[in-house]
Amino acid sequence: MTWQGWAEIALTLSLAVAIGWPLGVFLSRVWNGEKTFLDPVMRPVEGLFYKACGVDPSKSQSWHAYALALLAFNLIGFVFVYAVLRLQGVLPLNPQGFPGLSGHLAFNTAISFITNTNWQSYAGETTMSTLSQMLVLTVQNFVSAATGATVAAALARAFVANRGEGVGNFWADLVRTTLYLLLPLAFVVAVVLAALGLPQTLAAGVTAHTLEGAEQKISLYAVASQEAIKMLGINGGGIFNANSAHPFENPTPLTNLITAISINTLGWAAFFAFGRTVLAKKDVRALVIAAFVLLFAGAVGVYATETQAPPAQVAAQVDTSANMEGKEVRFGAPATAAWVAMTTGASNGSVNGKHSSLMPLGGGIAMFLMQLGEILPGGIGSGVAIMVVMALLSVFVAGLMVGRTPEYLGKKVEAREIQFSILAVVIIPLSMLGFSGIAAVLPEALKGLMHSGPHGLSEILYAYVSGTANNGSAFAGLTANAPWWNVTLGIAMAMGRFMPIVAVLAIAGSLVTKPKLAPTAGTLPTDGGLFIGLLIGVILILGGLQFFPAMALGPIVEHFQALDAVAALR
Amino acid sequence: MSSPDIHADQGRRALAGGLSRAVLARAVKEAFLKLDPRQLTGNPVIFATWIVALLATVSAVAAVVGQQPAGFAIQIAVWLWATVVFANLAESVAEGRGKAAADSLRATRVTTKAKLIVDPNTGTWIPTPAHKLGVGEVILVEAGEVIPTDGEIIEGMASVNEAAITGESAPVIRESGGDRSAVTGGTTVVSDWIKMRVTAEAGSTFLDRMIAMVEGADRRKTPNEIALAVLLAGLTLIFLIAVVTLLGPGKFSGVALDPLVLGALFITLIPTTIGGLLSAVGIAGMDRLLKVNVLATSGRAVEAAGDVDTLLLDKTGTITFGNRMATEVIPAPGVRPDAAMKAALMASLADETPEGRSIIELARNAGLALEAPEGATAIPFTAQTRQSGLDHQGRSWRKGAVDAVYRTLGLEPQSIPTELSVAVDRIARSGGTPLAVSEDGVLVGVIHLKDVVKPGVKERFADLRRMGLRTVMITGDNPVTAAAIASEAGVDDFLAEATPEDKLRLIREEQGKGRLVAMCGDGANDAPALAQADVGVAMQTGAQAAREAGNMVDLDSDPTKVIEIVEVGKQMLITRGALTTFSIANDVAKYFAIIPAMFVVSLPALGALNVMKLHSPESAILSAVIFNALVIVALIPLALKGVKYRAVGAGKLLSRNLTLYGLGGLIAPFVGIKLIDLVVSALGLA
Repeated sequence: MTWQGWAEIALTLSLAVAIGWPLGVFLSRVWNGEKTFLDPVMRPVEGLFYKACGVDPSKSQSWHAYALALLAFNLIGFVFVYAVLRLQGVLPLNPQGFPGLSGHLAFNTAISFITNTNWQSYAGETTMSTLSQMLVLTVQNFVSAATGATVAAALARAFVANRGEGVGNFWADLVRTTLYLLLPLAFVVAVVLAALGLPQTLAAGVTAHTLEGAEQKISLYAVASQEAIKMLGINGGGIFNANSAHPFENPTPLTNLITAISINTLGWAAFFAFGRTVLAKKDVRALVIAAFVLLFAGAVGVYATETQAPPAQVAAQVDTSANMEGKEVRFGAPATAAWVAMTTGASNGSVNGKHSSLMPLGGGIAMFLMQLGEILPGGIGSGVAIMVVMALLSVFVAGLMVGRTPEYLGKKVEAREIQFSILAVVIIPLSMLGFSGIAAVLPEALKGLMHSGPHGLSEILYAYVSGTANNGSAFAGLTANAPWWNVTLGIAMAMGRFMPIVAVLAIAGSLVTKPKLAPTAGTLPTDGGLFIGLLIGVILILGGLQFFPAMALGPIVEHFQALDAVAALR
Repeated sequence: MSSPDIHADQGRRALAGGLSRAVLARAVKEAFLKLDPRQLTGNPVIFATWIVALLATVSAVAAVVGQQPAGFAIQIAVWLWATVVFANLAESVAEGRGKAAADSLRATRVTTKAKLIVDPNTGTWIPTPAHKLGVGEVILVEAGEVIPTDGEIIEGMASVNEAAITGESAPVIRESGGDRSAVTGGTTVVSDWIKMRVTAEAGSTFLDRMIAMVEGADRRKTPNEIALAVLLAGLTLIFLIAVVTLLGPGKFSGVALDPLVLGALFITLIPTTIGGLLSAVGIAGMDRLLKVNVLATSGRAVEAAGDVDTLLLDKTGTITFGNRMATEVIPAPGVRPDAAMKAALMASLADETPEGRSIIELARNAGLALEAPEGATAIPFTAQTRQSGLDHQGRSWRKGAVDAVYRTLGLEPQSIPTELSVAVDRIARSGGTPLAVSEDGVLVGVIHLKDVVKPGVKERFADLRRMGLRTVMITGDNPVTAAAIASEAGVDDFLAEATPEDKLRLIREEQGKGRLVAMCGDGANDAPALAQADVGVAMQTGAQAAREAGNMVDLDSDPTKVIEIVEVGKQMLITRGALTTFSIANDVAKYFAIIPAMFVVSLPALGALNVMKLHSPESAILSAVIFNALVIVALIPLALKGVKYRAVGAGKLLSRNLTLYGLGGLIAPFVGIKLIDLVVSALGLA
């Protein structure tokens, strides 16, 4: 480890927060319907949507209606994506002439993109037509991100209300977040990336003559525009199989920095937007600090493991200062470590290196950051929403210790909130560990594995962890384009997305009707260092305790075995 | 002391004192009786432990029958059952104290016949069993008889010994009309007689409710208790998932997983500590209230007490002594101070009011002690003269309202000496009452009567402020007087010239701002406010309507009690939070004991996680299970006594308790499990 490495990690992570702050203020204005500089352009467009759909954006919905609208919108999105992918072969804009996708792959991919997961059981450049990439995948990259944001908006309104009723209008939140934030920002970033060398074309690709004299077809696509929303929307699904390790997606250290920051910045923006809307900037600042500390620790942890001596390099008696297997030389260990943490801490899932090639504990940290429920900072809105659930749980246990029934941001935390908070977090172990437990003994599933032993178990665990967390990054090694994996991962992604969303909206529905309490000297302060420490403790213990046994058989034992191996070699 | 009083006194002692041997013996017996699984369904954590204990027993029996080594399985099974029994013990010990108290109270219930008046005109009565009396019927109770049920006096006046309920043996006067007309079943008429109208059905009298509360018969889970139970059930579910899903990866990794060990892991991970102690904490909270002689009608009220933001306190009796007292006599110009003092004393010698006596007291402290001279004529206070005094041998002394005395003396405002009018103004502005004193028709000085704030009140309110409670003083005084006393007592706010309607409005306003309000009251006109307040403490000596409107009754009728009630509420919540935090923090150490033990045979590399260097895999698992069981027993006293509450801000309180129970909960089991492992391995148990 070098100080430059530490500095690079710190800079990348901090810039995302710094840029997220003003964006969050803007997003909050968008949620609240306040004036923005985009109004002259966007107001008329926005109105068109409402008119076309017959929606009254000023009508605040009950949490039931809000959740139903959200689920209906996503169901329609699923059907549409599924249909286009199946029919790809007969639809236009298919210069390479790719056939339609198999049923299970289309099922998996459709869920993957509506849930903001972008798990890819396929290789983009050999599967997807230009139409599929642009019409269904890119569209979902926008609206699935906006869907997550609506949840935070509804929750924020519930906290700020005093004996209120509605939690806002889903359609307005969806349209406004997309039109005012995602589209303009993606446009700017896409232009920058195109200027920095990313392809942006509708052409099928170019044919290259290799040194051996062979012909190679190189697909091009409209990469820059895809790449921008892939990062900003915390989606992570690359056009190319190699994702952000591919030189067309991420050619230089500068594009690496820009795209890495883009992974987290809107997640943080949603935190700040939530804080401004709830009028609790200090309390939300505490959430940001807690998440940042954990994320930074994760990045440094990966940096530490990746600069350890790998047994194979020790055995070969070569340079052991960094584990470079599966890493791009143009990025190096620190940039890869920062990316690993940022992509798993947020529910992005893009990769600029191969996670399977990380040292055992490095891969373990990547998994652990996802197992925490995608809150560092997670997806846009969905991250802050689950973080608030964590805060509710922390406040509930520890808040009693100040001698009052617990309250958070002026709202009492009672049985109903706890019930739905549990529902929101119980899905994490249920799906991640449940599916892994079955797959670990199912011959049908085991066919897809590349390794046996602890690393093989990590491949299984990683897949379900990534799917359930709606992360979408792959450990590699696993061949997932098979019925068992496509179907179960599809279910995991859907459960991991919609159960917490409905639970959080139910919490919002309960909180909104409660009176807003004024803080007193006897109220548990939720904006100070003590609360930050408490929150970190609860997140680590809750996350760590559930997964420790399973992780012990995967990355942890593999780590100790590697240590033993190195010791034996020396 | 009559026999019911003795019983009641024993009951109170049963609550206040430690655990008697009899109570403990009954608790142990009940702890085993509660092994009936139907009794455990309300407690998912302990119910889960029960099921795993049963499975472990089956596995132990199977091993014995199959003639395989069964020592380990038997020991695990025994300690799992012990975990359930210890949890039951916590609850039955807590209940036991209340039951002993209830038994004593029950003995005070009347078995003799009541005198039911059948003809109101002639007053003829027929003997009727107390339990057959209906609401609205009129009965006669005479000296020496126990009042058979709750009621309202409609005729007569009697001194009543209420020791059976309040523990206070000095009789109180009860009479028809006004706020002193309510009588309670189980108390005794000491002198005279009363006719009373029955106001409670048999079985729902105050005494019946008191017995039910003490015994915990209709104890319902409070909202926070329910929420906590949901959390504990959720954690149990999460750990069930974590343990059951280990089977697949175990098989994949070639690790032979013993179901017994998985069961042990599950039980040590789920929050058995708080799960076992939760109901004991709630019961103990109610007991602590009873110990300070407050009867809560529900646990919900106790919990609300911890949340109170605003305390409405009556000025009189709570903040001040209730009577204005003389603090100085200011002489008129040219009058010697001792002469003025003497005149004030003479004017007060025949005055039996507390104010009058305070003047005599003030004079005595100044070295003047006089008796009323023989043959003196007392001049009583009347609404017309607004002064009182003494006439003797042609001389006269008067004291009274300043303007009234001036008028009697024929003084014009401009002829009053400046020194005196300045003093009068000063007294009035400071919230006091000035009384003018005249001797033989000459103005000699002014007495300063002051509402004296009780000692220690100011410090108490400062404590409350640190706890985050706002205090509001309620008084009938004018705003000037009220403001002066408010600032002297250090309350945050006051409501002057308050009517019962003002009180009710103030409570609604505070609640509208999202604050919880506590108040105490005794008059019938306090009833609406008591009912509206989140915590309404009625005085036992108060009107029946007030007692029914409030959700607590203070048997001592001490209005300052509300502060203690708030502390008891907070203490109960803190205890719950502390035990929960401790319970969850314990899990970390248990992992480091059990996980390496489970896997180390098949995957030797995981031996690195055995940081406690425990003797063997079996002893590690056994030690964790034993620790898990014993920690419940170790914490029963804490659950019953409650975590000490300190009147400091929430931040300080949290950091203290988090260090103690969070950090302590992380570290303690590492030490505990290691020690148990040393014993287990030394004894050769595993």
